[in-house]
Amino acid sequence: MDRPVVELTGAVAVLGSFPALAGASLVVQRGEIVLLRGPNGAGKTTLLRVCAGLLPLARGTGVVLGCDLATERDAVRRRVGLLGHRNGLYLDLTVAENVRFWGATVGATDDEIAAAMDRLGLRGRLAPLQVRRLSAGQQRRTALACLVARRAELWLLDEPHAGLDASGRDELDATLRQAVASGATVVVASHELERAGSLATRCVDVVAGQVVGTP
Amino acid sequence: MASPPATSTTTTPTGPATTTGTSTKATRLLGAAAIVGIVWLAAFGLGFSPADANQRESVRILYVHVPSAWLAYLAFFVTAVASGIYLFSKKHSLGWDRLAGASAEVGVLFMGITLVVGALWGRLTWGVFWEWDARLTSTAFMFVTYVGYLTVRRLGGTHQQRARRSAVLALLAVLEIPLVHWSVKLWRSLHQEATVLRPDGDVKMNGLMLFTLFVGVIAFTLMYMWLVIHRQRTMAAEDALDDAGLDLAIADRKAERA
Amino acid sequence: MTATLRIAWLVARKDLRVEWHSRVALNQILPFAAITMVLFAFAVDRLPAAPGDVDTVLVQLAPGLASLGTVFSLLLLVQRTFAVESEDGALDALRAAGVDATAVFWGKTLAMWIQLAILSALLLGTAVVIYGIEVRWSGVVLLVTTWLTATFGLAAVGTLYGGLAAGARGRETLLPLLLLPVVAPVLIGATRAVEAALGTGGTAIADGWPWVGVVAVFAVAFGAGGTLAFGPLIDE
Repeated sequence: MDRPVVELTGAVAVLGSFPALAGASLVVQRGEIVLLRGPNGAGKTTLLRVCAGLLPLARGTGVVLGCDLATERDAVRRRVGLLGHRNGLYLDLTVAENVRFWGATVGATDDEIAAAMDRLGLRGRLAPLQVRRLSAGQQRRTALACLVARRAELWLLDEPHAGLDASGRDELDATLRQAVASGATVVVASHELERAGSLATRCVDVVAGQVVGTP
Repeated sequence: MASPPATSTTTTPTGPATTTGTSTKATRLLGAAAIVGIVWLAAFGLGFSPADANQRESVRILYVHVPSAWLAYLAFFVTAVASGIYLFSKKHSLGWDRLAGASAEVGVLFMGITLVVGALWGRLTWGVFWEWDARLTSTAFMFVTYVGYLTVRRLGGTHQQRARRSAVLALLAVLEIPLVHWSVKLWRSLHQEATVLRPDGDVKMNGLMLFTLFVGVIAFTLMYMWLVIHRQRTMAAEDALDDAGLDLAIADRKAERA
Repeated sequence: MTATLRIAWLVARKDLRVEWHSRVALNQILPFAAITMVLFAFAVDRLPAAPGDVDTVLVQLAPGLASLGTVFSLLLLVQRTFAVESEDGALDALRAAGVDATAVFWGKTLAMWIQLAILSALLLGTAVVIYGIEVRWSGVVLLVTTWLTATFGLAAVGTLYGGLAAGARGRETLLPLLLLPVVAPVLIGATRAVEAALGTGGTAIADGWPWVGVVAVFAVAFGAGGTLAFGPLIDE
């Protein structure tokens, strides 16, 4: 059997002195779409940031894509795509410039970049527009296109459906399924409980900095 | 009901087994020696050593000013070395970071004393509070730089983050201070009038005065060590408190589920 | 190595492209710099110099004032470039993507160098015009060398400390506290070198070259320092 993409055990992560994660354990297999559910402040965002290699573990162990979170966080970051509350875009640049920039960080070809923009429906009218002028949903799609262009193997998405209308959400789900079909693994933190059935292969509850039930 | 805090898994600070204070037999001895040194310094500085021919009694400020300066430079040297060890050793032991921080705090204090006492002395002897020579100017720069260092230490985050950020900053300061000193020195060499007003330029030191200065340096060094050891222990206790607090906080957080 | 250079170039182009779109340096920082040169003139007034001096006090002070103006512009440029990174969490995203921090440092330094150099040149030009300085063309090589080395050193140290202050509490006040003491050698060296190049206050051109040396050492020191330190500083 394939090694799990994510293996977290007893993870404690602090923001300042507050233990946002208080001993969380999680296992994610390749090809899954895992939905993290939980109230605000439960630690979903922190859990994603830990898996992305952004936050160090104060306690516990973690292995993501075969790399140890204690010693190989750089390697983890290169292969993981994190989309947080903020999109990580350059608001003064155009959509095309943003996708091209992020794709270029991994040496993506023009074709790959064009394909990424195509997949998210950004090639036509929106491409030459400054990101600042787009709606929240359109900015979100741009950020996802950057993720595709970067060839991320693990997608960690924090409330990606926020600000999207119904068709936007369906498109997002289709994009995620497509990503999984191309070999990626997806972990989504969301309040969208209706998605549980249609999108996710598995649901996990995060409460008070821990993962409830079987990790 | 909250569960009792889990035992801390971090290393306990080296030092006393007692929880009532940070002193040990060794530091009490050190403290006593420092006090003896200071008394001796006062006796010689204020009493036995002669007044200077030119400056008369005001030369006695030298016995505070020079040891303070020595101490400040020593402190920053220690900060730099400790920061380097923290960064480049495999273990990244936080004890080195705490040493760097404690030493910087004491250093800033004595740098401030040096500058103020030096200004007073300058005023008494030559009528000016300040002089733009290389040493004085780079001392002032060091002061500001390390105030910045201490500010950055308070920025928050995990202890590891604080340690790494501060260590890098301390090493950058080691890079920067000589540069500032060198450029100010070059700058002042353009203007030759500085020599008359050099801070300890025109004092003829006879044997007894030198001896007193020597006593002063030793006494201050003992005081420095005592201060840094205690400060480092309180910092270790603070860090341990954070960690213990973390255990409590984790337990509290877990209890939220109930 | 080439990957680092490639990404540095990518980051530099991105920074310049952002400025091209937003024109903040052009529309806000440049006028600010020009106004400070004018304010300096008000503050210094056209005081008569000592008898025997050819130049007015303002002209004698001009190299120093231009250096000061450059340093103030640096503060604004650094704040701006890291505000762009923090606006939508892009620097975070760069870190999250595991992009080489050294490459980011070199890219941002390069872009900052170009913008600061242009600003600085315009500042000095403004000073020449409104303070009434006579430029002697024999000093041009010295002037250009000083200009390029000093702005590079400032860009490197600005990017480095900007990265530290970015996202920190009280960042707007932390940055000047950290940065201003550090840039003192450049202020001293560049001013003396420009004085020598322009000949204000009767300085000979040959006197300026040792000062260029000081500035060059600074530039190399902080180029190297930044290469090593930027990564650890912006990391969590």
